[in-house]
Amino acid sequence: MNLTLKVWRQKNSKLKGHFETFKVSGISSEMSFLEMFDVLNEQLVAEGREPVAFDHDCREGICGMCSMYINGRAHGPWSHNTTCQLHMREYKDGDTIVVEPWRANSFPVIKDLIVDRSAFDRIIQAGGYISVNTGNAVDANSLPVDKQKADESFAAATCIGCGACVAACPNTSAMLFVSAKVSHLALLPQGEPERETRAVNMVKQMDHEGFGSCTNIGACEAECPKGISLENIARLNREYVGAIFAGSTQA
Amino acid sequence: MPINSKIPSGPLDSKWTTYKSTCKLVNPTNKRQLEIIVVGTGLAGASAAASLAEMGYKVKAFCFQDSPRRAHSIAAQGGINAAKNYQNDGDSVYRLFYDTIKGGDYRSREGNVHRLAEVSANIIDQCVAQGVPFAREYGGLLSNRSFGGTQVQRTFYAAGQTGQQLLIGAYQGLERQIALGNVEMYARHEMQEIVKIDGKARGIITRNLVTGELERHFGHSVLLCTGGYGNVFYLSTNAMGSNVTAAWKAHKQGAYFGNPCFTQIHPTCIPVSGDHQSKLTLMSESLRNDGRIWVPKQKNDTRKASDIPEEERDYYLERRYPAFGNLVPRDVASRAAKERCDAGYGVGSSKMAVYLDFAAAIDRYGAVEARKQSIDNADKETIRRLGKDVVKEKYGNLFEMYEKITGENPYELPMRIYPAVHYTMGGLWVDYELMTNVPNLYALGEANFSDHGANRLGASALMQGLADGYFVIPYTLGNNLADDIRTKAIPTDHAAFVAAEKEVSDRIDRMMNIKGKESVESFHKRLGKIMWEKCGMARNAQGLKEAIEEIKALRKEFWANVRIPGEIKEYNPELDKAGRVADFLELGELMCIDALDRNESCGGHFREEYQTEEGEALRDDEHYMFVSAWEYKGDSQFELHKEPLDYEVVHPSARSYK
Repeated sequence: MNLTLKVWRQKNSKLKGHFETFKVSGISSEMSFLEMFDVLNEQLVAEGREPVAFDHDCREGICGMCSMYINGRAHGPWSHNTTCQLHMREYKDGDTIVVEPWRANSFPVIKDLIVDRSAFDRIIQAGGYISVNTGNAVDANSLPVDKQKADESFAAATCIGCGACVAACPNTSAMLFVSAKVSHLALLPQGEPERETRAVNMVKQMDHEGFGSCTNIGACEAECPKGISLENIARLNREYVGAIFAGSTQA
Repeated sequence: MPINSKIPSGPLDSKWTTYKSTCKLVNPTNKRQLEIIVVGTGLAGASAAASLAEMGYKVKAFCFQDSPRRAHSIAAQGGINAAKNYQNDGDSVYRLFYDTIKGGDYRSREGNVHRLAEVSANIIDQCVAQGVPFAREYGGLLSNRSFGGTQVQRTFYAAGQTGQQLLIGAYQGLERQIALGNVEMYARHEMQEIVKIDGKARGIITRNLVTGELERHFGHSVLLCTGGYGNVFYLSTNAMGSNVTAAWKAHKQGAYFGNPCFTQIHPTCIPVSGDHQSKLTLMSESLRNDGRIWVPKQKNDTRKASDIPEEERDYYLERRYPAFGNLVPRDVASRAAKERCDAGYGVGSSKMAVYLDFAAAIDRYGAVEARKQSIDNADKETIRRLGKDVVKEKYGNLFEMYEKITGENPYELPMRIYPAVHYTMGGLWVDYELMTNVPNLYALGEANFSDHGANRLGASALMQGLADGYFVIPYTLGNNLADDIRTKAIPTDHAAFVAAEKEVSDRIDRMMNIKGKESVESFHKRLGKIMWEKCGMARNAQGLKEAIEEIKALRKEFWANVRIPGEIKEYNPELDKAGRVADFLELGELMCIDALDRNESCGGHFREEYQTEEGEALRDDEHYMFVSAWEYKGDSQFELHKEPLDYEVVHPSARSYK
């Protein structure tokens, strides 16, 4: 099939960007969306032009690196899906596809479709862990964990940190990301000792990074490739308020 | 240089204990003065960086991805082995050790593998303490499942995302140390060169991938945790960025490369669908518990799978290996699939695929479910519906992934699968302390060669990565650094740093100035094709000789005709890729040389000249019971050093799965 692509081009974080239009032909329905971009880039290299820069690595939907905003949707039209797992059978000959980077002040563009998501790492640094040094652990089965809680914790922990939640949110809120990590650890007995300071410090860092507020729109859950539930945001609010009432203002 | 693997003396089961209680220590004040460089942040790198920082060392960690959490360990599906014996099924450290040695077709070191089995239980404890949400039973205790090549249930797992959960655990530990100021993290940085001073590794040159600037970093020791080199085949289950560059630079600086030709080809992957394909996707080994593998008995059969009656199907694994059936080890299953497809029995449009069929399992589970629900005389439809629900619960996420990629529903049609490059057992040669033969230069995880011999068992890669990072390097590094406490940090204006940076910068300039006609990608594809056809699942002397010449010619062409657009001092993914492909073009040749030198078949290395009448691998213990450690001597020049493998406890025998 032949397609028209309108792709965001931006040389670096300092210069202004613009849309550029490309035509690609001979795209098969079996290709992945990123393989279609490989075809485009091969074409650009052959023409002596600069290929479009985009983030990608595992190409099997788990590393969280790919991040395209396709026709107005984070990771494109399929639900519970990353850009790398979107396949071209979704499109038909003659289609026009608009591709942008994640748009959020806290995710500055580095080049073309690549953004800087290091804010997420800094939020984890603020408390998204259990403080246990190597060698301090007791036998793994010495502390049974309620299966239902373990399963809920796992469901929250499947977050791949891609940032689609922020990109999808009209407020660019990072609440789904933060709540997934707070839930993952708060639901486990191992996470109990740092439960209050964790919630408070991670929210503080989130605000510091300039992410917007959550107004319960739910676009984050709808676009999350791993289906992280809004329930986690409710849990984060409960954890946060509980911590504040308990007098925990910071670590 | 003679090979010294530094295996401690004494009985096998007390070597590690003795080592730990006699190795040298570094006191806390001195640790604060010692700087460690960790390259790569997968399971080995993240766990090492976090653990060493906790101990007090000053750590700098590097990864080429945008965050340490994205290293390719994240994609591991099935699980992690540990000799916990929680299932009370007779497991023990010795059994895990034995299974791993045998699974590796008797080409790994007893001392290393026993240590791996010993620390395996600590890994699970550590991960649970960090909050890794492993699967649990209703009683709240940890769940286990079984994997290929074993008779016990020792695999811990978190659905089909075990690698992700373990890496997130290590990543969180690492981020905590970054917050405390004990680790300086450099994401979107790629190592370009090792800096040696007085024969010791004392630093690295990196390229900041965002700005294109070269940077110098000093370290008293350098740890390479940079994963495997499966992408030399272009198509593999590795991530797009996975590369050999760090290990290859180390090799060219004198570090021996161990068993480069030992590659694991995983039997169950989604087959290639066209020339555009950029990577292959694994379907977990666990599927072979319930899926039956078959091809039509008739050549070039074009009927739909459902139209081929039972008696016209060849369940070739069950036919050839009645004792293990569909659960033979990876190397055996892969070769058998290739044999059928080469003989003209393959299925699908490319004819390079076999069926993995769940129909029988669906009916079996459905019948059980109908009985459980007291449905008398359940009709076929009801049974299938009930059975599908059971299969969905067990493998739902894998079936979903298959459907996304192929557009076919595996509940209705059998999966089409074919083997694909998955893991490299070979890697930098290291001694018992995980140090290469270059002093102060270490290799951990898949980047080293040490524990899996000629074939790795499922669920053992995660175990080894974390064993190296959490429990081995914290001891072995100190033993060496205890002699280095008087070495002050060396300023990076030292002549060795200047020279190394110049070397890197010249090389990049040379590459950018070629301004040829062909893209980096096309060279990579051509290399992959040579490697896959001549150094893949089956190799022979003639093919390998041809491959060596073809790779040399291709490399020459690359350096004369590659086209890299853009600038050096900017974000330039084409340039990043060009550097990696240039190194693959050198490594590929060494892999073929190694495969040609090893005149036997063992594990994943199958030389067509050395097989039994029934087509099974024929080992030659008399002549090849050694590790091939290759020394770089200049362009296309490699010298072989042999490290003999002494089996003191296990008695090597022929592997049979019939």
